[in-house]
Amino acid sequence: MKLENLTFKGGVDVPHSKALTEKKSLEYAKEPSIVYIPLHQHTGAPCEPLVKAGDKVKIGQKIGESKAFVSAPIHSSVSGTVKNISKITTPTGMKSDCVVIETDGTNEVDESVKPKGNLDNLTPKEIIGIIKESGITGMGGAGFPTHVKLSPPPEKKIDTIIINGAECEPFLTSDHRVMLEMPEKVVFGLKAIMKALGVERGFIGVETNKMDAVDSLRSVIQEGDNVEIVTLKAKYPQGDEKRVIDAVTGRKVPSGGLPMDVGCVVSNISTAKAISEAILEGKPVYERVVTVTGNGVNEPKNLIVKIGTTFQEVIDQAGGFKGVPGKIIMGGPMMGLSQFSTEVPVIKGSGGILVLTEEEALAEKESPCIKCGRCLEVCPVFLQPLYISAFALRKDFEGAERLGALDCVECGSCSFICPSKRPLVESIRFAKREVLAKRKKSQ
Amino acid sequence: MEGKVLNTTKAESAVPDMLIVSSSPHIRSNESVERIMIDVVIALIPAMIGAVYFFGLNALKLILVSAASAVAFEALIQKMLKKEITIKDYSALITGILVAFNLPANAPWWIPVFGSGFAIIVVKQLFGGIGSNFMNPALAARAVLLASWPNIMSTYVLPGADAVTGATPLAIMKFGGVDGTASATVAQAGSNLPSILDMFVGNIGGAIGETSAVLLLLGAAYLIFRKVINWRTPVVYLGAAAIFLAIFGVPADEIIYHILGGGLILGAFFMATDYATGPITSMGRIVFGIGAGFLTALIRVKGGFPEGVSYSILLMNVVSPLIEKFSAPKIFGRAK
Repeated sequence: MKLENLTFKGGVDVPHSKALTEKKSLEYAKEPSIVYIPLHQHTGAPCEPLVKAGDKVKIGQKIGESKAFVSAPIHSSVSGTVKNISKITTPTGMKSDCVVIETDGTNEVDESVKPKGNLDNLTPKEIIGIIKESGITGMGGAGFPTHVKLSPPPEKKIDTIIINGAECEPFLTSDHRVMLEMPEKVVFGLKAIMKALGVERGFIGVETNKMDAVDSLRSVIQEGDNVEIVTLKAKYPQGDEKRVIDAVTGRKVPSGGLPMDVGCVVSNISTAKAISEAILEGKPVYERVVTVTGNGVNEPKNLIVKIGTTFQEVIDQAGGFKGVPGKIIMGGPMMGLSQFSTEVPVIKGSGGILVLTEEEALAEKESPCIKCGRCLEVCPVFLQPLYISAFALRKDFEGAERLGALDCVECGSCSFICPSKRPLVESIRFAKREVLAKRKKSQ
Repeated sequence: MEGKVLNTTKAESAVPDMLIVSSSPHIRSNESVERIMIDVVIALIPAMIGAVYFFGLNALKLILVSAASAVAFEALIQKMLKKEITIKDYSALITGILVAFNLPANAPWWIPVFGSGFAIIVVKQLFGGIGSNFMNPALAARAVLLASWPNIMSTYVLPGADAVTGATPLAIMKFGGVDGTASATVAQAGSNLPSILDMFVGNIGGAIGETSAVLLLLGAAYLIFRKVINWRTPVVYLGAAAIFLAIFGVPADEIIYHILGGGLILGAFFMATDYATGPITSMGRIVFGIGAGFLTALIRVKGGFPEGVSYSILLMNVVSPLIEKFSAPKIFGRAK
């Protein structure tokens, strides 16, 4: 089986822009004096608060929980006093209750934070239980609760686990640094997932622009781990779940389907790290690696940031703004979410904070479609973005749906490549929302 | 920030009140319409130089008049229609050059003016401008000029300073004699044909921009290298033309004359690849090439004219939307 330089059909070559931070070691961010921890950071049901104003909380203490299966508990990232619980808008645009905690500086850790034993002695059920209790969600941005992903219905036989270290988004280096500095945590996380699902085959896929991470991971893999490193051609959107599965296994996830339909589970690097920390240290998700970068900050960095720290505070620790910021993005420039304000908190899915300068952020002038066909060539799902977009712009959402709008993964390759600078994925995304809203209504 | 709801504290921070907020992606490639069109102009330069070398200053005059009038007509009609003037995207310039490339060297100055006017005003702008025309403007202009002034448009000059008129290789093969009218035997016709080297270099009779295969291919290679055009349409077109010519009974040693003679190379690489008027799907481009190759061979062998490239491409332009409809790529992860 070939495991070098694998790839998928379609996609674009993006400027990597990773030089700003790829050589910068992970460092802890300063302890925030106040944190804003949203109770809804994941796909699924929001959590109910377990604390109230005036309560003392410790690091790692559970402060939010839901009875729903598809949800993930929330933990405090600091020790201190709950000031209040208020409504905020999270960086993903969700309205959520938010626990505001003022730090007391003692850094007292909750009693629940203790090692959960070693992998050999844990049953699959116990592993999944630890993952659930630790509030682990897909940390690549999707925020899907990991314990749900690891509980497929019995008719879906899983035989392959893939840890996604493609990190194909330009600018971001958080996964890269984790693979480089904590390879043993990534491999341990993968082995834990393999054990949880009784799978004998695990891969870690890494793009070829991170060969130092490949070496680092290889150096910690032991005989009998059944773990192999796969190098992936550096091409966007290699990190898209279905592209990774296609490149590594050659399997095609059916339209509208999930990785488990082809026997695969894919997890992010930071998720694997979180699983490792949850088992070995008993540490729930209350901090994460955030790449603070872009030409709009003075000192781009890879920081380990407490969940609930405001973007502004994180940016200040990267030397503050260089010039006037134009756009502030959570995530990378291809699929990240631009923010209305820097007074939003870092959440579990915040892998990066990217500051674009005013000049970089200005929209380029749009002109008529010349039918060059580049959007077709780059679409990794083989759609015809120009025609779907044309339907969407005419508000003919049924037409857009007929051409496969719902299969769009919103990677943005079409808009990126378009010589006429047309809003292709932007309009297709709009059509998708409309189609899904209509479906929901008619149900 | 005490107890304050987040998102309302902007005034306290160094962040401007108006951050730019938009849907992703937040970066764009360097691709631009201007850059694509400039590449096409660059690709046409070798053939332009060849045209002047072989057909003299009259060719230069035709190219300049045609290009200038195409740009002027675009500006004029857009001003009259109160639309944004888009001559800076260089697409009108290309249409102008291509109109000139389809003319015999001794055509009078008003021929390219009329041709460019028709191409830009009627074929391009009245159908909505760049990207919206359904026929290749330059080829439609050639068809109209040929129908309106058949004598001017089919009296070709041979290369050289003395500007002697004579038959193109295709006319020689079709009708026999060097003057393009006498009905000689096929054997005689063969002896009247130029050498293959002359055919390849372009030292033959024909429209000013179509004769030099080597210079056109040089430009085409540049366009393929720059990923401005896709190889499928032109390569399949040439291959299909050769195969159908053989099927229609053209002897093997004459097929090379068919490929290098007339407007086939120019048409395949610079006209059939026109974005707006051809299919955008990979399979569609192959079907387009096969169809154009078939029609070209059919017209040349069975039709009344020695040449059939323009009509073939124009006919395929018209069926392109249909081809596209039936050649949509299979969406990832979907069953047939």
